[in-house]
Amino acid sequence: MRIWKFGDNVDTDQIIPAEYLTTGDAKELAAHAFAKVIPEFSKEVQEGDVVVAGANFGCGSSREHAPRALLGAGIRCVIAKSFARIFFRNSINIGLPLIEADIFDRIEETDQIEIRFDDGVIRNLTKNEDYQFKPLPEFMQKLLESGGLINYIKETKMGIKN
Amino acid sequence: MSTIAEKILGEKAGKDNAANAGEIVDCAVDYIMVNDITGVPAFEVFEKLGREDEIRREKVVVVQDHYVPNKDVASAEQAKALRDYARRYRIEHYYDIGRGGVCHQVMIEDGFAAPGRLIIGADSHTCSYGALGAFSTGVGSTEAAAAMATGRLWFKVPETQKFVINGTLKQYVMGKDIILHVIGDIGVSGSLYKAQEFYGTAIESLSLSDRITISNMAIEAGAKAGIIPPDEKVFAFLNGRVRGEYNAVYADGNERDYEEVFEYDAAEIVPTVAKPFLPENTAPASELDVPIDQAYLGSCTNGRIEDLRVAAKLLKGKKVNHEVRMIVVPASEKVFQQAIEEGLIQTFLNAGAFVCGPTCGACLGGHMGVLAQGERCVSTTNRNFIGRMGHKDSEVYLANPAVVAASAITGRITDPAELTL
Repeated sequence: MRIWKFGDNVDTDQIIPAEYLTTGDAKELAAHAFAKVIPEFSKEVQEGDVVVAGANFGCGSSREHAPRALLGAGIRCVIAKSFARIFFRNSINIGLPLIEADIFDRIEETDQIEIRFDDGVIRNLTKNEDYQFKPLPEFMQKLLESGGLINYIKETKMGIKN
Repeated sequence: MSTIAEKILGEKAGKDNAANAGEIVDCAVDYIMVNDITGVPAFEVFEKLGREDEIRREKVVVVQDHYVPNKDVASAEQAKALRDYARRYRIEHYYDIGRGGVCHQVMIEDGFAAPGRLIIGADSHTCSYGALGAFSTGVGSTEAAAAMATGRLWFKVPETQKFVINGTLKQYVMGKDIILHVIGDIGVSGSLYKAQEFYGTAIESLSLSDRITISNMAIEAGAKAGIIPPDEKVFAFLNGRVRGEYNAVYADGNERDYEEVFEYDAAEIVPTVAKPFLPENTAPASELDVPIDQAYLGSCTNGRIEDLRVAAKLLKGKKVNHEVRMIVVPASEKVFQQAIEEGLIQTFLNAGAFVCGPTCGACLGGHMGVLAQGERCVSTTNRNFIGRMGHKDSEVYLANPAVVAASAITGRITDPAELTL
């Protein structure tokens, strides 16, 4: 796995530029992820990679195409100091795990990490360090465990007319 | 004692009292809006739920606006797919080109947005309807799909920040300058996860159009909603156009209900520009000396008749600088018609501007004015991110319609007061 580090205020136009929003398919979108700012991203990213970012990751548009592109690219978790609200909801709702943790300065792009969601620990194997994070609220964990909002609604039969 | 957000979310969750900040509530939504970019993924997800016969069609509004008229084969296919979904599910609130416009302008003009309502839209600028006293917020396609089937959505009740702007605004200072001034102060994550409420004599004196600009850009500070208590101006606007009944909701006016209170003196706010690449990078227009290649007047932020009037007044009898391309895009067909009737379009054409029908177009780098490498655009739109309007090495400067018109004349970013000295 590889870590992709980003600074503060990474907007959804950077994650997936508007000119590629003619599909909702995660794999097709992944081919253009960060196309303008990191042209090599889509070629080099691999299944299981992790994004580590600063504050307000995913600000801007409500396009769900942004977390879909990351999921389609193989990104398995985004760790940031904070997330823009709609990006946060979209990610949880489509089953892309997010961790809000201020560990930006502790992790290098070359580090190997392991994430234990159950006990809220990011383990830095390279530096032999552990970082605690606050697990998501229970309701959002349930959404993620279901694989997103749609599966959750199916499982709970939420809002069914009767 | 509660804020507007707590009251609306409490009522829509079926509670006897207001909801409390921090609580997660399951609310009935009044309308769900999707556009040509977010709509097809929403309907695809909706069909995965397997509850097609339960669609809450009376709540669904579909607007083709981002890549219209379609810019290429891929966007034409996407628009066609959305049209087909709208037909299949007999969506009555369907707006194609020639009959609608930019989605938020349509939602407001056609009486969907009203005080006390809870409206979600698969577009981040859905927060615009806060100017009419609604709690409205942007969501993703999956959430829109879930609400289409269930009529409901979960919300974490936000803390609210209060913004008070008292005093008299100077000439050429508009709603755009107020919101840029606020974002310049609190930053692009200054309202993250929070609701904003706006008060004060300067807000009361603003037209509804200028208030919509403020609520529209609440998201640029990360806010969930940007709400202005509705007054007679809002009720007069709604008269004859609003769909169904509505109930105006007001806060209890207790300062302790707010997480934070910010106060500004309207007289100190000047025509303001946000420089690349974030809306928080603000500076007075008068302090910038930046040559421009393009001037863009339009969008859900500033494409209303009031905006066009301000720009036309400055451009009347003048010419767009020969180094500058000016693009004018009314936010809806109704705005376009009105601008023709008032002679504004003739003024723009006489000045050498390009005018086209409503589209989101170049605001998001779609088409109708995309920028080349190294080009600069002064724009009435809402975002100046890297590559937002085109090439990654192009630049967008956000400003009000008067600054855009004045800059189009001089060829560099200009405080309009400079032209009338």
